[in-house]
Amino acid sequence: MQKEMIEARTPPIMTVGALAWIKGNLFNTATNCLVTLVIAYGLFALIPPLIQWAFIEAVWTGESSADCTADGACWAFVNARLDQFIYGFYPPEHTWRVDIFFVQLAVVLAWLMIPAIPGKKYGLVYGLVAMPITSWIVLSGGMLGLTPVDTHDWGGLMVTLVLAMYGMLASLPIGVLLALGRRSEMPVVRTFCTVYIELWRGVPLITVLFMASVMLPLFVPEEIVFDKLIRAMIGMVMFQSAYMAEVVRGGLQAIPKGQQEACDSLGMGYWKSMLLVVLPQAVRMVIPGIVNTFIALFKDTSLVLIIGLFDLLSIVQAGLNDPVWLGTSTEGYIFAALVFWIFCFGMSRYSQSLENKRQEH
Amino acid sequence: MLNINNNKDALAPVIDVSQVNKWYGQFHVLKDINLKVMRGEKIVICGPSGSGKSTLIRCINALEEHQQGDIVVDGTELTRDLKNIETIRREVGMVFQQFNLFPHLTVLENCTLAPIWVKKENRVEAEKTAMALLERVKIPEQADKYPGQLSGGQQQRVAIARSLCMNPEVMLFDEPTSALDPEMIKEVLDVMIELANEGMTMICVTHEMGFARTVADRMIFMDDGQIIEEGPPETFFNNPASERTQQFLGQILSH
Amino acid sequence: MLLRLWRDSAWRAVLFQVLLISLVLLFGGWIVDNTLTNLENRGISTGFDFLSQSAGFGIIQSLIEYNESLSFGHTFVVGLLNTLLVSALGIVFATLLGFGMGVARLSSNWLLAKVAAVYVEVFRNIPLLLQIFFWYFAVLSVLPSPRQSLSLFDIFFLNIRGVFLPEPVFDAGGMIAVWAFVVAAVLTVGLVLLNKRQRKNTGRPLPFLKATGALLLIGLPVVTFWLANGSLHWDVPHLKGFGFKGGIELLPELLALWFALTVYTAAFIAEVVRSGIESVSKGQKEAAAALGLRPGRVMNLVVIPQAMRVIIPPLTNQYLNLIKNSSLATAIGYPDLVSVFAGTTLNQTGQAIEVIAMTMAVYLTISLTVSMLMNMYNRWVALVER
Repeated sequence: MQKEMIEARTPPIMTVGALAWIKGNLFNTATNCLVTLVIAYGLFALIPPLIQWAFIEAVWTGESSADCTADGACWAFVNARLDQFIYGFYPPEHTWRVDIFFVQLAVVLAWLMIPAIPGKKYGLVYGLVAMPITSWIVLSGGMLGLTPVDTHDWGGLMVTLVLAMYGMLASLPIGVLLALGRRSEMPVVRTFCTVYIELWRGVPLITVLFMASVMLPLFVPEEIVFDKLIRAMIGMVMFQSAYMAEVVRGGLQAIPKGQQEACDSLGMGYWKSMLLVVLPQAVRMVIPGIVNTFIALFKDTSLVLIIGLFDLLSIVQAGLNDPVWLGTSTEGYIFAALVFWIFCFGMSRYSQSLENKRQEH
Repeated sequence: MLNINNNKDALAPVIDVSQVNKWYGQFHVLKDINLKVMRGEKIVICGPSGSGKSTLIRCINALEEHQQGDIVVDGTELTRDLKNIETIRREVGMVFQQFNLFPHLTVLENCTLAPIWVKKENRVEAEKTAMALLERVKIPEQADKYPGQLSGGQQQRVAIARSLCMNPEVMLFDEPTSALDPEMIKEVLDVMIELANEGMTMICVTHEMGFARTVADRMIFMDDGQIIEEGPPETFFNNPASERTQQFLGQILSH
Repeated sequence: MLLRLWRDSAWRAVLFQVLLISLVLLFGGWIVDNTLTNLENRGISTGFDFLSQSAGFGIIQSLIEYNESLSFGHTFVVGLLNTLLVSALGIVFATLLGFGMGVARLSSNWLLAKVAAVYVEVFRNIPLLLQIFFWYFAVLSVLPSPRQSLSLFDIFFLNIRGVFLPEPVFDAGGMIAVWAFVVAAVLTVGLVLLNKRQRKNTGRPLPFLKATGALLLIGLPVVTFWLANGSLHWDVPHLKGFGFKGGIELLPELLALWFALTVYTAAFIAEVVRSGIESVSKGQKEAAAALGLRPGRVMNLVVIPQAMRVIIPPLTNQYLNLIKNSSLATAIGYPDLVSVFAGTTLNQTGQAIEVIAMTMAVYLTISLTVSMLMNMYNRWVALVER
């Protein structure tokens, strides 16, 4: 029989602390020892020279690739072209208008994404309705005394963001309608939406963009001339709305039938019950999926290069052909990759945090 | 509060179901159902699962479509006419087994949603009514919580209040206590009993025989899609005519 | 009366649908009408006659006999085969890399798990097109000229023109041996299946399974090769003039596309695999271990079969994405279907509608076939579950 209580003792030295962690997570079996050593060697052989190249030996300013050395990165190229990468060929004296667009976008995103900021409803209305209109007016001008700037002169990050924003704003509502249509009880509506969705999901975006750029002008009377940027946007929206529809449909399927029945028993019609009860729940449930679709859309904007628009990637690509900056392709691509990566990684982290929060509930 | 004694003809049945038939595919769920419910009458329907009792009351507010026969609610015939369906659904409130509260809205918003959007009441008015009804189901302090934060019994009481907010003539209860833990059943039944005492017309599908004895004016036993037996609770419980009713009561009352 | 009809739910549905059909027909008619007018104004005739006209342009890579004098119809087939080639290569390697990375992310080795995580987060968040450009312009274009090729044992060569590998050349006897190997492979698979069944039924494996398999796979071809008096020589690539002659030539366009598709898709597959394995609950592993199964068996008999059910549908989706993404070939000039047919052939003939419709039809056929198979698989799995 135990007479006295046992005092808590400290655990054996090899089960806690840094050493124990290293042993448990890196050298716990013979295979793991080997794997750890091989990876450590690889990282050791790779990272110091990379840092050497990217930072220590790098050249940050200069007039041409002649100013750069063979041992370090030629960031001078990116530096010299930065304005073009961001604004394209937008007249330099008007780039403040593009800045307004960027700021507006950042404000809306922060408003909607940071839980502490109140008035999400107004943010949503502003982002979905007001921002697209004001942005278009500010960017293209011709109104309110703003000099018109042709979309031919738009380029770089700005075009990437314009395509992403309008693509998203248009494909979300269209996707919702398609998703509702695919679950409709009316066979014609259902068939129509299913065919539309499966058609666009079954073909590559490039063929859709080709179609938008080559065939769209054939489809309308010759008097109507679509701007190239608008054509690309139409193609992207047709394509992405099909994916959005499938995401939203997933959410709709997850809403219990009882919700609709409760609405019915209260005398609410189809649209009232959808807009007030079913959709708010369904959309909230699939926000991570919507963000993922948006990430795909954001990456896909780079494809407009193929139909001759200058988004961030194609303007970097164009800069690489400049004889003054020969041999800087690696630096150019790394810069573009970094910009895309920051946006996409940020969004995917955001969507993951939402997912985690949802699972906690 | 509830204008039960309005000037409509008190002698005409508020619900008149005659010769109603319904099939799910080949399966005949409702067979020649006839049922008249008078204003202020409380009816309890019981029967084994799959007997068609839920389907019957779901037909009364057109959650399910019946294929033959007539259903008339408070003088409005239930057809495919959307206007009639809308009128009937406003007259008839329904409480579900799974509560079916709207999880993205607060308790108060759950109660005011339909009055504001269907009956076009103004928000202040609707909230006042809703608070009064929440008080009656004894949970006014939960008004700003979300359904997910409430217990099952509280959720079901909110669901009752939500239906009452539409000021219905008739309340349908579809096994309102079947999804509840035993200790919560009483709080819901108490609210229902109080409602019954105030004269509300009620049709309840339930297995709570104690509740049935207390409030029911008429008991109905359904099996295999038909009404097997109906009558006042005393005769129904003490002296059932049909063998199947006896068998069923024997099973349900033995524990 | 009209009001009654309008309020009747069934009538309203019919009305709405009729309205939708007429709108779609009207819109479609408008488009067809415009298109015909526009085509007439531009002097383009419609129809598929152009497919039999001579193409008159060369294609840098073709799996079948092709030259400039052959028809536009041939360009379609050449492009399609090139699409299928790069897709097949990409799918095989992306699967291997993706499964490896997915398993590595769950490794108990912290360093390995982190490396795999970094890999996934880096490559799936950068546009595929950018990655293709990177491999093509920043890596493969700065390789040395053929004369300064990087070589391995003087039989494998890597230079700015691509990769050159030795090609086995068989005579008739050698071909018999190749077929013998195919037969041996089929037999071995049969043997493995038989073994699995026997093991399930009796608990005992077939005796000498590994030895029999090895003997079949190596022995049968060798014996037939010797009996048929076959011969085999390797066509080793060699420097001739400014380039290489002989052997198998893998163009830099193919390499860049293949590489980028593999690396990009593998990052997604890794995530699919990881979440698939994670979806098997810990209880399953504990239950299997409690029954006394060894850790390898727990993985093989309990975890992987359950994880595969979760993995296969999204994995198929990734394969479809890869096939569709292979159309980015056009950006670096790899002669796939979109690049050759929807690119060059479209430009030469001006038959935009026919060409794009045919191209889309190809991808659509592949997608719909695969999703049909997928639905069948899902139904089958659902059936087994009951």
